[in-house]
Amino acid sequence: MRYHAAKTFEEAASIAAKADGVTRFLAGGTDVLVQLRAGLVTPDDLIDLKHIDGVQDITRLDDGGWEIGVAVAGARLGAHEALCADWPGVVEGMELVGSTQVQGRATLTGNLCNGSPAADGVPGLVAAGAVAKIVGPDGMREIPIEEIPAGPGKTTLAKGELIAAVRLPARGAGGGDAYQRFIPRTEMDIAVAGCAINLRVEGDTITEARVAIGAVAPTIRLVPEAAELLVGSTLDAATADALAAAVSAAANPITDKRGTSEFRTEVVGVLARRVAQTAYDRAKGDRS
Amino acid sequence: MAKDEFREFRLVGTRPDRPDGLDKVTGRARYGADISAPGMLWGAVVRSPHAHARIVKIDTSKAEALSGVKAVVTRADFPTGLTGDEWDLQENTMAGDKALYDGHAVAAVAATSKLRAEEAARLIEVEYEVLPHVIDVDDAIKPDAPVIREGAADATVPEGMPPNVVRYFEHGRGDLDAGFAEADLVRENTYRTEATHQGYIEPHACLGQLGEDGKGEMWVCTQGHWFIRKMCADVLGLEKSQLRVTPSEIGGGFGGKTTIFMEPLSLALSRKAGGRPVKIVMSRSEVLRATGPTASASMDVKIGMKKDGTLTAGRAEFRMQGGAFWGAPVDMALDCAFAAYKLPAVMHIGYDVLANRPKAAAYRAPGSPMAACAVESLIDEMCRELGLDPMEVRLKNAVREGDRSSYGPKFKSIGLVETLEATKAHPNFSAPLGPNQGRGIASGFWFNHGGETSVTIALSEDGTVTVSAGTPDIGGSRASIALMTAETLGIPYENVRVNIVETGALGVNEPTHGSRATFATGKAAVEAANAAIKEMCRRAAVEWGIDPEAVEWVDGAAQPAGPNAGKFPPMSIAEIAGNMGSTGGPISGHHEGNLGGVGASFGCHVVDVEVDPETGRTTILRYLVVQDAGRAIHPAYVEGQYQGGAAQGIGWALNEGYVYGEDGRLQNSVFLDYRVPVASDLPMIDTVIVEVPNPGHPFGVRGVGETGITPPLPAIANAIHAATGARLRHLPMNPPSVLAAIKAVKGG
Ligand SMILES: Cc1cc2nc3c(=O)[nH]c(=O)nc-3n(C[C@H](O)[C@H](O)[C@H](O)COP(=O)(O)OP(=O)(O)OC[C@H]3O[C@@H](n4cnc5c(N)ncnc54)[C@H](O)[C@@H]3O)c2cc1C
Repeated sequence: MRYHAAKTFEEAASIAAKADGVTRFLAGGTDVLVQLRAGLVTPDDLIDLKHIDGVQDITRLDDGGWEIGVAVAGARLGAHEALCADWPGVVEGMELVGSTQVQGRATLTGNLCNGSPAADGVPGLVAAGAVAKIVGPDGMREIPIEEIPAGPGKTTLAKGELIAAVRLPARGAGGGDAYQRFIPRTEMDIAVAGCAINLRVEGDTITEARVAIGAVAPTIRLVPEAAELLVGSTLDAATADALAAAVSAAANPITDKRGTSEFRTEVVGVLARRVAQTAYDRAKGDRS
Repeated sequence: MAKDEFREFRLVGTRPDRPDGLDKVTGRARYGADISAPGMLWGAVVRSPHAHARIVKIDTSKAEALSGVKAVVTRADFPTGLTGDEWDLQENTMAGDKALYDGHAVAAVAATSKLRAEEAARLIEVEYEVLPHVIDVDDAIKPDAPVIREGAADATVPEGMPPNVVRYFEHGRGDLDAGFAEADLVRENTYRTEATHQGYIEPHACLGQLGEDGKGEMWVCTQGHWFIRKMCADVLGLEKSQLRVTPSEIGGGFGGKTTIFMEPLSLALSRKAGGRPVKIVMSRSEVLRATGPTASASMDVKIGMKKDGTLTAGRAEFRMQGGAFWGAPVDMALDCAFAAYKLPAVMHIGYDVLANRPKAAAYRAPGSPMAACAVESLIDEMCRELGLDPMEVRLKNAVREGDRSSYGPKFKSIGLVETLEATKAHPNFSAPLGPNQGRGIASGFWFNHGGETSVTIALSEDGTVTVSAGTPDIGGSRASIALMTAETLGIPYENVRVNIVETGALGVNEPTHGSRATFATGKAAVEAANAAIKEMCRRAAVEWGIDPEAVEWVDGAAQPAGPNAGKFPPMSIAEIAGNMGSTGGPISGHHEGNLGGVGASFGCHVVDVEVDPETGRTTILRYLVVQDAGRAIHPAYVEGQYQGGAAQGIGWALNEGYVYGEDGRLQNSVFLDYRVPVASDLPMIDTVIVEVPNPGHPFGVRGVGETGITPPLPAIANAIHAATGARLRHLPMNPPSVLAAIKAVKGG
C-alpha cells in the first residue's frame, strides 16, 4: 500500500488518475480504515486529503450559501451555529453517523463517496439541493449530489475524479429541513430506512419541497412525485397520508439482515410523514 | 431496603471501592491480549466458509513457503483415538473429516507478525465438498434432515428417533391427565427463542507456549483456568501438571469462557515452532462465528389452570439445538421450566438436536431463560383469558420451603414469596401508564452451584492478608471475598488482597460458573480464615503459656477467653504476624472441597414498554429487578449482576439473533448487525435486593449472577402484549415482527 499526502486537489486527482490498483481517498477514514482492518478493501494507493488547504473550512458564500470542506468532521458541523440554523436537517443527518468518537473524524463527503444506500448524511444534502464541486483530470465541474451515488459502494465519479467541496444553497426565507432514520436501537446502527425533506412555506402553504429517501433502494433517491404532493398544501392529514403512500411506492428495498422489504417500504412512509411535520414546523419558525 | 435490617456485620453489606477498579479505569489491568513474551509469534486461524462440508484436501505449502511463517497445524497434528467429550472438544478445536459450521477452524498458522500470520492463513488452500446443511432446530429434528454425525446419539435416545437427536429426556411426576381434567382452562402453545451470544466485550485471547518436552505455559482470558488446563491437555495428549495456566483479567464471560476454542491451537503451533510462544486474539467476527452462543429452542408448553388461578398440571416439550455437538441445555431448561410453581402433575420431555452451528457454550443460567420465555408467557396468556392478576396467580402457586420442586428435590429455604411481595410493594409495579404502553411481569429461577474449590489465605509479616483464589473475578468477586475474609478475621477490608492464582498454586478449582464464585470461593475463604485464626490463637496461647482452647479471636486479635483463661492484653494479628518467623514460621489457612449448601435464587421482573404502533419499535421505559440474594456481601455488585442480567435479557428479547443465509453462512458477525443493546437503549434498571439467607453459607449467600437473565424474555413479551394486544411467541421481538403482529391483531 502506498500512502500519499496530497497538497492540492489537482495533485490528488493526478495520483488517482495514474494509479492502476485499488485507490481510496482518505478523509476521516471511518469507512476506509474499518474496511482495511476487516480485510474487505486493501487499497494499493491511499490518498490523504487532509493536508490540502481549506479542507477543514465551513465557509459562508457571497450568495448566502455554504461551502463545506471535504475533511470537516461531523462534530464541527454540529458545533456551527449559523449552519445549524440554516440547514438543521443536513446537520442532524450527519450527526447521526456513529458515536462521539466517529463524529470526530467522519465527513459528509466520505459518507457520500462511500456509496452506502443507507448513508445518513446524504438524504439531507439531496433534499437541500446541494451540489458537489468535482476536480478531475479534465478540470473542475459541479453536479447535484443525487447524481453521485451509483449503487451500493459505487459512485458516478470517473477515475481520477474527487470531490473538492460540497455546496449548500442559500437558505432564504421560510425554509425548513429535517432528516430521520429508523433503526431498531437508539444509536450505533445502520439506517433500515431514512427520509429527508426540505421545504419552503409562505404563510401556512408549502411552496417548494424536495423529498429524499435512504436505505430503501440501491441508491439514495429523490422522490419528486412525493414532493409535488406537498407543494400547495398546508400539510393536512390527507396530504401527509398521500406523502407516506408516495414515498412507500417509490421505495424499492431488499430484504436483508437489517430489515425486510415490506417493513422498509412501510416504515419509510411513516418516517416521511414525521419528517415532513418537523421540516414544516421548522420552516414556520419553530427551531426545535 | 431490606439490607438495613442486617446490621450485625462490620463489613458484609457495605460498598467499598473494588480492588481492581483503579487498574481497570487507568488501563493498567492486563487482559488476554495484553500479555506478550519475548520471541512471541502470532497465530491466525483458517476457518470454514461452509456450514457443512467434507474436507477433501488442505494444501499448506504456499503458507509454509512465506517468509516469517514458523508453523502450520491441521488436525493431522493432533493425537488420535479420543472419545466422548474429549473428542468433541478436539473436533471443535480443529475440524477433522468435515467442517461442521461456518467458522469451524480447519488450519492454523504462526508467524512473526499478526499481518504475516493473516496473510499466510489466506494462502492455505482448502478443498471442500459442500454437503447439505441444517440450521434451524425444527428442521434439524426432521427424520430426513442432513445427518451431521452418524452414531452421535447417547443411550438415552430410543431406537427410531430422527438422526440428529443425540440426547432424549423424559421425566415427571403426578397424574398429568387428571391434572388437565381438573383444570377450567387448558392451553398449549409453541414458543421459539433464538440462539444468542454472550457478547462479552473482550474477545478470546491467549498466549501459549509448549516445548518438545511437553512442558508448557498459557496466559489466557478465561472463567476457569483448570478447565483450560484439562481440556488443552486432553485435546493435545499432554500431562496436565506439565501445563501451567495463568488467567488474565477478564472482560466478561457469562459462561462462554468456561471452555476452549483456539487455546490448544496456540500450544500446538508453539510446539511446532520450536517452543516459541504463540499469541492468538480472536476478532469479533471469529467470536460470533466460532465461539459458544447459547442454544436456540422450540418449545411446546401446556398448562392447566383453575378459574381461581390454581395450577393443576404442566407439560413441557423442548427441542434445542446447541450446534454440531451435544450440549444444548435442554435438561436444565426442563428443570427450570416449572420451578417457581407448586404443581401436582408435571411432565418434561426434551430433545438435544445437532445442527450446523457453532458448539453451544454455557450462557448465564443455561436453558432457564428459554424455559421461562415459554412458561411465563403462557401463564400470562392464561391469566388474561381468565381475567386474573398474574402477580396473584404467581403468589398463589409459588413454591415455598419444604415444597417438592417440579424437577425433584424438596426446596430448602427459598425466597420466592418474599421476592414477589417485594415486587408488589415497589412503586414501579403501580406506576401509571400512557397510551401504547404496557406492563409485563415474569419470574425466574436458577439452581446456583458450589463445586470444586480450593482457597489459601496467608499472613504477611505486617499482619495483612493475601487470599489465593482460583475463580477468575468477572463480576466483583475479589471485593466480596475480601469483605468476607476481612469480616471473619476482624481486620480492615483494605488489609486483604485477593489474587486469582495460576493452576500450580492451588488444587483444582472449577471455573467461575453457576453463580458460584462468591458462594463457593467465599465459603472456602471463610473456612481458610478460620483455620488461620485457629493457628494464630495457638501461637498466642503458646506465648502466654495457656491452653489454645482458652484463646478466642475478637476484633482482629487473640485474647484470653474469659477471666479464668488468664489476664493478657489482646495480641493483634499484626503482632502475631510480625513474630511468626520465630514462633513457628509462616501462618496460612487452607480450605478445599466439593462445596455443597447451595441455595437457589428466585427473581421477579417488572417491565414497562412503549411500542410505536407505526413501526413496531419497543422502548423500555422502566425496568425493575427483584431477586433473592440470600445475603448481599457487596450490594453494588449484586445490583450490577441484576442489571446486567436484565440488559442481556432485553437484548435477547428484542433484537439479538443469528442471521444465516441460505448458504448457512452467518451474515451478522459484527456488533453493528448483531444487535446487543447499547447504553442509550436502556433506562436505569431499578433493583431490589431481597435477603432470605441461605443456611448453607456462613453469611447466607446464594448465587446472584444468573437468575437475572431468566425473566426478561417473557416479561417483555407480556409487556408488549399489554401495550399492543399482540402476543409474540417467537424471539426476537424486533420491529418487523412486532409490527406484523400488531397488524395481524388489527386485521383479525
Ligand atoms: C462505528 C461506526 C459507526 C458508523 N455509523 C454510521 C451511521 O450511523 N451512518 C452512516 O451513514 N455511516 C456510519 N458509519 C460510516 C462512516 O462513518 C461514514 O460513512 C462517514 O461519513 C465516512 O466519512 P469518512 O470521512 O470517515 O470517510 P473515509 O473513510 O475517509 O472515506 C470513505 C469513502 O469516501 C471516499 N472519499 C473520501 N473523500 C473523498 C473525496 N473528497 N472525493 C472522492 N471520494 C472520497 C473514499 O475513497 C472512501 O471510499 C459508521 C462508521 C463507524 C466506524
